[in-house]
Amino acid sequence: MKKKIGVYICHCGGNISDYVDVEKVKKSIEDEGGVYLAKTTMFACSDSNQKDMVDDIKGNELNGIVVASCSPKLHLTTFRNVSERADLNKYNYVHANIREQDSWAHSDDKNGATEKAILLVKAAIAKARLAEPLIPNKIQAQKAVAVIGGGIAGMKAAIALSDKDCPVYLIEKAPFVGGRVAQWGNMFTSNQTGEELITKLYHELIKRKNITLFTGAEVTHNAGSIGDFRLKVSVQPRYFTGTCEEKQLQQAIDACPVEVLDEFNFNLTKRKAIYRNAASEYPQTATIDMENCTRCGKCEAICDKIDLSQKEEILDLHVGSVLMATGFDPYTPAEGEYGYNEVDNVLTLPQFVRMLELSDKKLIRNGKEIKNIAYIYCVGSRQEEDGNTYCSRYCCTSAIHTSVEVKKKFPGVYNYHFNRGIRTYGKQELLYAESLQLGDIYLQGDEESLPEVSGESGKTMVKVKDILSAGRLIEVEADLVVLVTGMVPRADNSVGSMFKLPKGRDKFFNEIHMKLRPVETFIDGVTIAGACQGPKNIMESVNSALAAATKSYSYVSKGELETEPIVAEVDAELCSWCDACTAACPFDAISMTNESSKAIALINNSVCKGCGMCLPVCPTDALNLIAYSNNEIESMIDALAAG
Amino acid sequence: MTEKIRKSAKILVFSTEKISDPAIDMAGLLKLHYPPTVYTITVPCSSGIKSRWILHAYEKGFDGVFIAADGTDCVFGESCTEKTGQLVGRTHVLMKEKSLDPARLKMAAICSVCSESFVKQIKGFNEYLLKTTNP
Repeated sequence: MKKKIGVYICHCGGNISDYVDVEKVKKSIEDEGGVYLAKTTMFACSDSNQKDMVDDIKGNELNGIVVASCSPKLHLTTFRNVSERADLNKYNYVHANIREQDSWAHSDDKNGATEKAILLVKAAIAKARLAEPLIPNKIQAQKAVAVIGGGIAGMKAAIALSDKDCPVYLIEKAPFVGGRVAQWGNMFTSNQTGEELITKLYHELIKRKNITLFTGAEVTHNAGSIGDFRLKVSVQPRYFTGTCEEKQLQQAIDACPVEVLDEFNFNLTKRKAIYRNAASEYPQTATIDMENCTRCGKCEAICDKIDLSQKEEILDLHVGSVLMATGFDPYTPAEGEYGYNEVDNVLTLPQFVRMLELSDKKLIRNGKEIKNIAYIYCVGSRQEEDGNTYCSRYCCTSAIHTSVEVKKKFPGVYNYHFNRGIRTYGKQELLYAESLQLGDIYLQGDEESLPEVSGESGKTMVKVKDILSAGRLIEVEADLVVLVTGMVPRADNSVGSMFKLPKGRDKFFNEIHMKLRPVETFIDGVTIAGACQGPKNIMESVNSALAAATKSYSYVSKGELETEPIVAEVDAELCSWCDACTAACPFDAISMTNESSKAIALINNSVCKGCGMCLPVCPTDALNLIAYSNNEIESMIDALAAG
Repeated sequence: MTEKIRKSAKILVFSTEKISDPAIDMAGLLKLHYPPTVYTITVPCSSGIKSRWILHAYEKGFDGVFIAADGTDCVFGESCTEKTGQLVGRTHVLMKEKSLDPARLKMAAICSVCSESFVKQIKGFNEYLLKTTNP
């Protein structure tokens, strides 16, 4: 059938047309073979243009369209939907990326960008001329979601999925759920404690029968793809067969000879190898840290519910989608950074928050009552190139909130904030105002004049050239220096690597597009939530968790998924069955069959993933990939070479 | 008669939908400039590129072909790196048979955020092609 192609060239406001002469592009391609109409449009993705496209396709009986606009990563689905609304097979639409790969990349060369756009559109037209209508493959989607990470984002996502009647496996690496939030006391804006929030969420979790919670559990292997992920999960035992009596448990803990730094309190305190959960951690039961346990057997001898012979379990889970909520690590300052680990009374903000929780009548450090606290902002954030250049977003608010809490709990304390510009956006401004009213002092440096910490003669001094007082050097004697540290990606991100999740420049997991496709990743079926995507406060983490839960649910809700019909196909005449393709296929999708007494390759379409690994190994060129045939690729090369 | 001096070679890039294409997109987003005579054709996986497509590009006048390979990030499996290397090796043999400089085919693993690496590789390749081919 003769092709009647409509071509739509987008201005993208000025994102494209500021650098590419879109009218020239239109004139240059309107006489190409098969082109029936060519238009420029201010925003191809706008509702009005979409409607015009539908009318054009229907009114002119177009059987192919080309859209030249931004990256197809953003609007491929948009224009496929336009095609379907106009009763045009969606695989008869071809996209040309003239923004990310043209106007923006060549904003220094407008003529070059325009010439390139002309050739890119001509190549897309060449492909559209050959494009065949295709029918998407349907695959079964397992109606279950694995949520990896049992912090507030993972817990909230699991509950949201459960509410949609979707089975959920919540997999937490630590022995308890609650994550970072369990470590915090009273929090802005709701004045609830971390313990209250986690307790509420945990009770919601356990009353739902369709949520299975695994603690001490890690995904060790992943196979399959969207709709059909096969996970292996290693679950560590708790080494308890029941609950010890309280007195016996305490005796067992007392008898344990191993003492290690307690990571829950950011190493401010110590705990034994056998230990109880913190009040905010769930399930509320003791556990044994086998990485440090010497298996001396003293605890086992005291309580018969302790069983050190328990072994790890390996479970097989089958899910349709994976929701990653693995959280963040607090930034650890380098040795000597603002006196960290060199000057005795320098702590990080997370450590100070725990110290505050553990302090009762007086705030004491090394036997001395604390009166002056210096907070140094942006430690581990907004660093120079090659460091963490991003803002961690939550830390200004967290530091100010902590200082207000200190003032309320210990009224005699003076707070000095050595900041680089306060970023308490939205309602958090109220907190900043409260801190000012309470008499906190704000001193502002910049990247040229960062605060300096020195410890001499038993005194800790912090000084800065304060740009709010015309660069005057101001010095404060501090009893405690609190380094307001930001968020960094998890040191152990092996689970992300297992799923091949792309990372951004900040090394957090990357969503496809922060505005148009948040929480989605380039790995189909895997969504991301919370601070594993980037620094977030609790409210933002929960919002992204709900978005990710909805997206993950959309993959599995119907029990069936459409996948691209891009599979290999065999030219029976050319195939002489040499077996090379079978060896090349990583999915065992190729076998031998007999056709007219001739042995040829047979592609199993339900198993073929469309990678094309079999194509280049075929000595007779008998294999092609649908939509990437020799004709299609070579016609595009011809069009691109013609310039 | 003076010969026109060309500023950039004509390069065909085979990029991959899930891995290297996002990096090339991000290069544009970051306004990391490279020659506008670099054109991309997207394929599902770098190990599925046929030698005949590469040879076709030279026949039609491309100075160089750059394979922005998935590397170890390939969503189709770890064998991608080895298989892409093998197809490049096979193509080099075919290029030699046609008296084409094998260095006109370049491959580098470009991860999904390797925008700077992509631009650096392309600029270096462009310089090489300008020196060695006759524009």
